[in-house]
This record gives sequence, structure tokens and C-alpha cells, in this order.
Amino acid sequence: MIKEPRLVEVRKNVLKQNDVIARGLRDRFREAGVLAVSLVSSPGSGKTAFLEKTLTILHPRYKVAALVGDLATENDAARLARSQAPVKQILTGTVCHLEAAMVQNALEGWDINQLDFLFIENVGNLVCPSSYDLGEDLRFVLLSVTEGEDKPLKYPTIFNSADVAIITKSDLAAAVEFDEASALRNIQAVRPGMEVFKLSAKTGDGMPEYLKYLEHCRTRSHVATASK
Amino acid sequence: MHELSIALSIVEMAQEESERRGQAQVLAVHLRLGQLSGVVKEALLSSYEMACEATPLEGSRLLIEEIPVEVFCPRCQITRRVRSIQWFCCPKCFTPTPDVVRGKELEVVALEIEE
Repeated sequence: MIKEPRLVEVRKNVLKQNDVIARGLRDRFREAGVLAVSLVSSPGSGKTAFLEKTLTILHPRYKVAALVGDLATENDAARLARSQAPVKQILTGTVCHLEAAMVQNALEGWDINQLDFLFIENVGNLVCPSSYDLGEDLRFVLLSVTEGEDKPLKYPTIFNSADVAIITKSDLAAAVEFDEASALRNIQAVRPGMEVFKLSAKTGDGMPEYLKYLEHCRTRSHVATASK
Repeated sequence: MHELSIALSIVEMAQEESERRGQAQVLAVHLRLGQLSGVVKEALLSSYEMACEATPLEGSRLLIEEIPVEVFCPRCQITRRVRSIQWFCCPKCFTPTPDVVRGKELEVVALEIEE
């Protein structure tokens, strides 16, 4: 008997496993009343300096914690721990991005009900992290003034997947002749309506506006949860 | 380069499906790949070959259907394909829109099997 090949329909999302875990995390964050924010950028955009400053300012008033992903070294966790907030390093080994399961594992032993804000710093990479939902409420994409203004056009997928763009190292803008109008135009081209903040973690310039926005988002998500 | 881990997931899914069908031989996997999925077609194809090595799927093909990005235009009230993923706007009236309707797919849609 000759076997005939046939086509069978399957219809399965390849990242289903990740998405299921991410959905579970999102529900847990909502129930716990914690605003989860993830950070993505290329290496060297200032994610860790930005996060250290954020944690330091928020820490006395709110309960904050951070997870930080890197291929190797615990240096970033050590830097962030200076803020006095609880910090855990996720070492990914050779993996170029964080996955929902890594976040879930890293949260073991933490009572997230006690938290107001949880920050998740992804591995420095503008490509791979875009495919993976981590259960975060907001995804921030960072772009430093020392990178090209056309970064959003070069990496439209990650910019499109993010909710907020943060232009970092604004204290260096004049020195590197950063063309802000062009950067803003490019951000809006790949993600129309995106919220943008320009700031310097070093001088603190622009931090208050961004922190106000963060607090506003937390209140808004609380209201949304309470009205459910 | 996360295409290898994606390819491994695809092979695993296809193997499970083949086992459910009494170890049916998988000849090809049909995949829908959105332009905004964050996965590069060429890298996925070569990763797939590697991922199949020493599995019952060795020698099978990965057939990729690329899905272009479509957005909903709030002004025209219709879904249209963007001209470029560097410019999220309606290709007719040029109204900017972040409302992506299609283009993020990363799904196995069918298997070609021999029972």
C-alpha cells in the first residue's frame, strides 16, 4: 500500500508556553497591586543607571524591587542594590533575552503582595526580547542620545512592542549634537502616540516628570483592578 | 539569536502532534510568521535544520508563510497593509495608527504527515 502524505491542521502558537506563564504573572501582579515595568534597550543605553536612580528615588516612599537579566556577572545587581531595594540577578547564560519562566522562577521567595513597583531589566538587546511577553504592565524602551536618532527605524519591532520610550543621557545631548526632533519623529513613525520622556539619570533632569507618570500608571492600574 | 530556541519549540510541537497520531512521519511543518514577530525567516530556517538533527523530524521541511503588517485606520475605519514597518500609518489617508491587527503571528498552522 502506498502511503499518501496529507495535511493536518494544527494552529498552535509557538510561544504558547511563554504566553501562558506571562498571563499568569500578569494576573498575579494585578491581584497584588504591583505595577510591573520591564526595560529593554541596546547594551550601554543606561538601563542600569536609570533603574538605580528610579529605585533610589522611589524606595523611601514605595516598596520597590528589581530583577535584572544579564548573560553573565552579577555586577548590575550589585549596582542596583546600592538603592537599598531588594534586587535579584537573573543569569541567562547564553540566552539573549528574558522569558516569562525566568521571571517566575526569580520571584520565588518574594512576597509580591508587599510591593508597589517591580522593575524587570531585560538583557541588553533590541531584537530578541521583543518576542517574549514577561507579564509586565508596561514595557519601556530606552534610547540614549549617544546612539543614532534612527534607532527606532532600525529596530521597529521592539519600539512598536513597547509602551513608553525613554531618551536617556540627556546631559550629553549638546555634546553629541543629538537631533531631538528627528528622534521623536522616528519614534512616532514606528509607534504612533507613544509616550516619550527625555531625562538624565546622572543630573536628575527630567526624572520628576517621568516619576509622576509612573505613579499615575500605578494609580490607574489600581483603579482598573478595583473596578473589576 | 533566539531563533534556535524557537526552532526547538516548533520541533517539539510537531513531535507531540506526530505522537498523538501514532508516530506519523512529519514531512513538513507549515508556519505563519508575522513581520513583527521578532523572528528572522532565514535564521529560523537554518536553526530548524539544526533542531531537527537526530530527531524523527530530521529531513522534514519548514514552510514559512510571511504575514505582512496590517493596521486598523481609525479614520477610514478599515484594516490596511502598511507600506513599511518604519511607518505605522494608513497607506491611503496617512493617519498614524498604532493599532496592529496582523503581523505578530508565530504559529504552526499545519503539518504534512504520512501515516
